[in-house]
Amino acid sequence: MEKSLSWREFAITRLIKASGYSAILFVALIFFFLVREGFPTFGEVGASSLLSIRWYPIEDYFGILPLITGSLIVTIGAGLIAVPFGIGTAIYISEIAPRWMREILKPLVELLGGLPSVVLGFLGFLVLSPFLRAFLNLPTGLTALTGSLLLGGIAVPTVVSVAEDALDAVPRAYREGAWALGATRWQTIWRVTLPAARSGVLTAIMLGVGRAIGETMTVMMVTGNAPVLALKLGSLFSPVRTMTATIAAEMGEVASGSVHYHVLFFIGMLLFLISLGVNIAASSVVFRAKKRAERILS
Amino acid sequence: MKRALPINRHVAQRVGFTAITLMAIATVLPIVAVVIYILIQGLPAISLEFLTGFPHDGMRAGGILPAIIGTVYLTIGTAIFSVPLGIGAAIYLSEYAADTPLTRTIRIAIINLAGIPSVVYGLFGLGLFVLFLNFGTSILAASLTLSIMTLPVIISTAEEALRSVPQAFRTVSISLGATRWQTIQQIVLKEGLPGILTGVILGLERAAGETAPILFTGAAFFLPRLPHSPFDATMALPYHLFVISTQVPEMPIQIQYGTALVLLVFVLTMNLIATVIRSRARAKRQW
Repeated sequence: MEKSLSWREFAITRLIKASGYSAILFVALIFFFLVREGFPTFGEVGASSLLSIRWYPIEDYFGILPLITGSLIVTIGAGLIAVPFGIGTAIYISEIAPRWMREILKPLVELLGGLPSVVLGFLGFLVLSPFLRAFLNLPTGLTALTGSLLLGGIAVPTVVSVAEDALDAVPRAYREGAWALGATRWQTIWRVTLPAARSGVLTAIMLGVGRAIGETMTVMMVTGNAPVLALKLGSLFSPVRTMTATIAAEMGEVASGSVHYHVLFFIGMLLFLISLGVNIAASSVVFRAKKRAERILS
Repeated sequence: MKRALPINRHVAQRVGFTAITLMAIATVLPIVAVVIYILIQGLPAISLEFLTGFPHDGMRAGGILPAIIGTVYLTIGTAIFSVPLGIGAAIYLSEYAADTPLTRTIRIAIINLAGIPSVVYGLFGLGLFVLFLNFGTSILAASLTLSIMTLPVIISTAEEALRSVPQAFRTVSISLGATRWQTIQQIVLKEGLPGILTGVILGLERAAGETAPILFTGAAFFLPRLPHSPFDATMALPYHLFVISTQVPEMPIQIQYGTALVLLVFVLTMNLIATVIRSRARAKRQW
């Protein structure tokens, strides 16, 4: 009895440890398979062709610059929407809203986070894009702007929840101190609470932008998928194609092991590295803020 | 020194609060509008035949049963892999792991898993499960891909739930002679269960609504029958909605909205269950 019990304990402990380590294994596996399938690109295409401005795989043009600029313009647009609205909503929920309002708003924002991106893409395609075409008098409603508007909505829940956590974590004594010195609640929010929470708010912005750059279905459905270089502000009102949409749209029709297949994996590798960079930067901001707090307190 | 009249500060506050309130409303209102709009547009399409029939006439008529069943299969498949693994990892992080460089690496890995774009998961699933392990485009490959994507959600919410169980509960259990695992199993897991369930459901909700990870790992454009084994490809609601709204010309608009509504109800029901479990547990909690 004693023996079997301790044996069981031992086995279960091992299993639990293994599942804890599995997260590292999965990140490594993902990177390994992206590199394995994407790395041959360097030998097959060459840097100058890869960095050209023409994406036309049928004739072996694999310039990924239009895709990168497409992703950038849509993401910047989404950020310009998600950051102010996300932080504004977080401030409202954490600092201004009465309790009952908070109880309604928080699940609603969470709900937005749970809406399948394909449903938003569907509505963007059927409702938002015809509206924008008529409203802005454009030749097509499937533009970078349409993608930005929807992606902004998709990134908002991430920004709200992380920023709200950061604001919540600011000790109440900070606010009370400011009020006691005669500051209004509004002044307290801007000059005390928000600066105190700034590393968390910065993390929220980064994670929100990271969410936007990786979104696939929505942008594929509403941005028109034209691989043209998007460098001007006017590009916002014309069709673009993002890195994610390119993979999703083309991978299904590609022979595995072909040059095109390798290039699509190469783009996936770039996306992986971008999200890795964003997330490591975001967590190091939090880490540094913690250190600063420790320094001040000691 | 500039002397501002106190009234100005209060006016500024009123203006500022109004602006922030309007922003919050502008953020939340479209969500409500989207749900109501799809409800109104999709409801006329819903019938018994729509929910239990097979699509025919090039999907322009009939029902969406194979897509509904497919999404149920994928959700169950995802749960089979991600729930034990996710809860195991959460137990490790909350009950076993000390603050070592290794633990920090695990946390960074989890944060990164959460940030990887869904289409990159699709590529990974294609490379590892479909081609390397030779599962083919199948429910199995798609479920495994979705599981890894769901893992960070489950781990972080379950860990939070376990951490919120007071330390005294563990101390008492150990002092009564229970082993570590007995304590975890009978005290910590039991008390943390509502929080864990909430995380599991929210994770699976996300998996059920995803399209990009299953595009090349298990989704079928059209199947005239239900899948027979985990090695069959399957139709799925999100992919089906994508197909009929962008790939099939002259698709009746009503079927599109009907499909969107079924997917939305599927996902929102899970969301609602998670919210109810959480608020009930909060109300009942005595510590």
